[in-house]
Amino acid sequence: MSTARPARDLHPGAWWLWAMGLAASATVTTNPLLLLMIVGIAAVTVSLRRADHPWSSSFRLYLVFGLVIVTIRVVFRVLLGGGFGSSVLLDLPQIPLPGWVAGIRLLGPVTLESVLAGLYDGLRLATIVICVGAANALANPKRLLKSMPPALYEIGTAIVVAVALLPQLADSLRRVRAARQLRGVPGGRIGRLRAVVVPVMEDALERSMSLAAGMDARGYGRAGDLPRSQRRTTGVLMLAGLVGICAGTYALLDQTAPRWLVMPGLVGGVALAGGGFWSAGRRVQRSRYRPDRWRTEEICVALSGAAVAAGVLGPLRDDPLLHPALDTFPTVTTTALVVVLLGIVAALVSPRPVLAQETAPPLEEVGDARAA
Amino acid sequence: MLELRDIGFSYSGHAGARSAATPVLDHVDLTLDEGELVLVAGRTGVGKSTLLGVFNGLVPAFTGGRLSGDVRLDGASILHLAPRDRAHVVGYVGQDPTAGFVTDTVEEELAYGMEQLGLDGATMRRRVEETLDLLGIANLRSRDLRALSGGQQQRVAIGSVLTMHPRVLVLDEPTSALDPTAAEDVLATLTRLVHDLGVTVVIAEHRLERVVPFADRIVLVEADGRVRVGDPAAMLQHSPVAPPIVELGRWAGWSPLPLSVRDARRRASQLTLVPAARPAARAPSEDAVLEARGVTVTYGRHVAVRDVDLRLTAGQVTALMGRNGSGKSTLIWALQGSRKRVRGTVRVAGEDPADVGAEARRRLVGLVPQTAADLLYLETVTDECAAADRDAGVSRGSAGALLERLAPGIDPEAHPRDLSEGQRLALVLAVVLTSQPAVICLDEPTRGLDYPGKTALAEILGSLTAEGRAVLVATHDVEFVAQVADRVVVLADGEVVSEGTTARVVAESPAFAPQVHKILGDPWLTVEQVVAAGAGR
Repeated sequence: MSTARPARDLHPGAWWLWAMGLAASATVTTNPLLLLMIVGIAAVTVSLRRADHPWSSSFRLYLVFGLVIVTIRVVFRVLLGGGFGSSVLLDLPQIPLPGWVAGIRLLGPVTLESVLAGLYDGLRLATIVICVGAANALANPKRLLKSMPPALYEIGTAIVVAVALLPQLADSLRRVRAARQLRGVPGGRIGRLRAVVVPVMEDALERSMSLAAGMDARGYGRAGDLPRSQRRTTGVLMLAGLVGICAGTYALLDQTAPRWLVMPGLVGGVALAGGGFWSAGRRVQRSRYRPDRWRTEEICVALSGAAVAAGVLGPLRDDPLLHPALDTFPTVTTTALVVVLLGIVAALVSPRPVLAQETAPPLEEVGDARAA
Repeated sequence: MLELRDIGFSYSGHAGARSAATPVLDHVDLTLDEGELVLVAGRTGVGKSTLLGVFNGLVPAFTGGRLSGDVRLDGASILHLAPRDRAHVVGYVGQDPTAGFVTDTVEEELAYGMEQLGLDGATMRRRVEETLDLLGIANLRSRDLRALSGGQQQRVAIGSVLTMHPRVLVLDEPTSALDPTAAEDVLATLTRLVHDLGVTVVIAEHRLERVVPFADRIVLVEADGRVRVGDPAAMLQHSPVAPPIVELGRWAGWSPLPLSVRDARRRASQLTLVPAARPAARAPSEDAVLEARGVTVTYGRHVAVRDVDLRLTAGQVTALMGRNGSGKSTLIWALQGSRKRVRGTVRVAGEDPADVGAEARRRLVGLVPQTAADLLYLETVTDECAAADRDAGVSRGSAGALLERLAPGIDPEAHPRDLSEGQRLALVLAVVLTSQPAVICLDEPTRGLDYPGKTALAEILGSLTAEGRAVLVATHDVEFVAQVADRVVVLADGEVVSEGTTARVVAESPAFAPQVHKILGDPWLTVEQVVAAGAGR
């Protein structure tokens, strides 16, 4: 059904909202079944809806990272011992520690409960990380930066350029290392490092300069005429906003501060700062080519994530199944199942992504052939 | 319309190749008219790029140095406007188009400049579509910029400034990295802009043979920083850089000089040339120095080189040709042994370079890569030579002596980055040759070399073969191939499609024919041959 629709890239914000919804619901549960379901939903959606851009393949890295998190959590539970619970899996001798590290145990009997607690806890963190990874693989980071408010445009472009230069740096490193083989490898570690670092840095510097020249020649950084008074307004708005936010945050955290500071400080500060951004953005005469629009699909995807979060944080909030006991097999109810499964709606309603190309030669060969 | 008045430019207080005293540009007066194609020519390193940079303000904003004089647009001075504020008037495409790409797809790249100008959405959309059609790249609209071929990238780079509707388009060596066919495409696009849209195009280019037929005027930059401007035929009469067609015309005493192959062909019918006993291609010795069989290299699923057989014999220069991306570089690296082969054998002096260590490999096959500067990392030429001696384990001064033979007169205390293109290439070649390899491979060595530079390189390669080495040159430069190569191997899509003596391969495929062959037909390839035959008439 979804294949009938024309391919289109979703607004990156929609994917991020969806992933944040999943991640938010993962934060409040340690039920491994629910967590694994969330990971499954993320994985299925990514495999169905990711494009063939370089960042799309990063999801696997996040999966590996999640696995590492779980392993570390379990290993630490064993090493530092939880010690609670009664079903001992492995009776390791406890290593005596001096009195001043009271409260820390090294090794000791390994119980099923402590291992499970570590496993569930690790799984929760891993799920959150994997949700972020899913958003990263699905949403084009460059397009996300493009959707930033105009006042932040320059910073956004700088980040985009930095991101683009990384693969070029890798490319240049590969080239220089190959070139190293063509003449001797100098003796000594410093010499060897220098023989690679110097040409790579020279290359990177030259590239950056020519990119800067190219961008300047194409009008990057053209500033509109801005009257002095408006610049002052912008400055005052930003400063006042910052002061408001600081005061509000302080009042929120310090219980002795007067309560009336909290809401006006935070809300007013944010509003003022927003005004400052808007005022600064007015200076920018830039326009956007084919900006990403929020359409039905975007809203559905974002809602699908939000629904999971709302369901888990709302009706299910106090349900004991979110934190299953460690001595029985965890269970789920139909309601919980349905709530979490709402997340898969994103994969169904979203259109197929636009693939960059099916038939182009791989980058490396083109890079070799092109006179770089 | 755009006018340079008494422009002078010099790098002040810089120690380096250029001393502070010699100006790069001196008393330059130049007026560009609406809708003309101006070619900027001159020897390597004379400030052609500097002159281009003056038009849009990159000089001195990005280069430093002192600029005097005035730049005027329709009579008003724009000297103090930053490059970004001239962007809607002067479009600039640098030497390496990929270095200037900001976004990652073709469509976004075309729109980038317009976004900076703050044009409204509908206008941007319309102009992007128009430009895609104008440049013939509509089918590439959502492609990744890095995955395009060199010619396509160049056209996207041109398009990305065209969308801003500049009145002047400035291009620095737009075809030097391209194969002959892609270069023709790009030039056809440029002439179309001049003719149909009335855009003024300024091109700096070393390969004059490609651009001269289209040029309305030539600006010749001289070593002292002065320029001479005039009609192409008149200017080329005494230019220090001249394409083969002009050299032929000068020799034959044709006046005015023919600039296109068609003109020259008509004149040539009056020329009676007796094919002298051609200096027969150096007798191919039977012993192959390098013998490759069934070499296959893959990147993932993509087959870059497929079942290539190659024999390099001692004392011969073999040229490896083919369009961008046809697997030339890959094949060279596979022969050298660094690139893993999936199948096939390579034998040099009874050994497989892939099986021996890096050090032994260097004694079998020497390679000068496309970006030769990758090999250099020290501060002076002397240091580089000394390091090369140490690495190769030869007596001190060997590399220095080699360099002196290849390119006499290089300042030993100069920084390698300050050398001219040709000098740097000679330095890298000397470093590679210090290991005394039996086979030398060069990947695109003629980039950035002018005609005298190429002749010098051809002489160097000739002397290498005289020592009994085998030389393999991957290049797009048909004129250079005609000058230097004994045999030609043409690759397409990783396979050998044509192979044989230079004269035969060139006669078979018009895309690889040098100008002299196009004019005079078989068996003429270079002006030298014609001169030699003419002298005997």
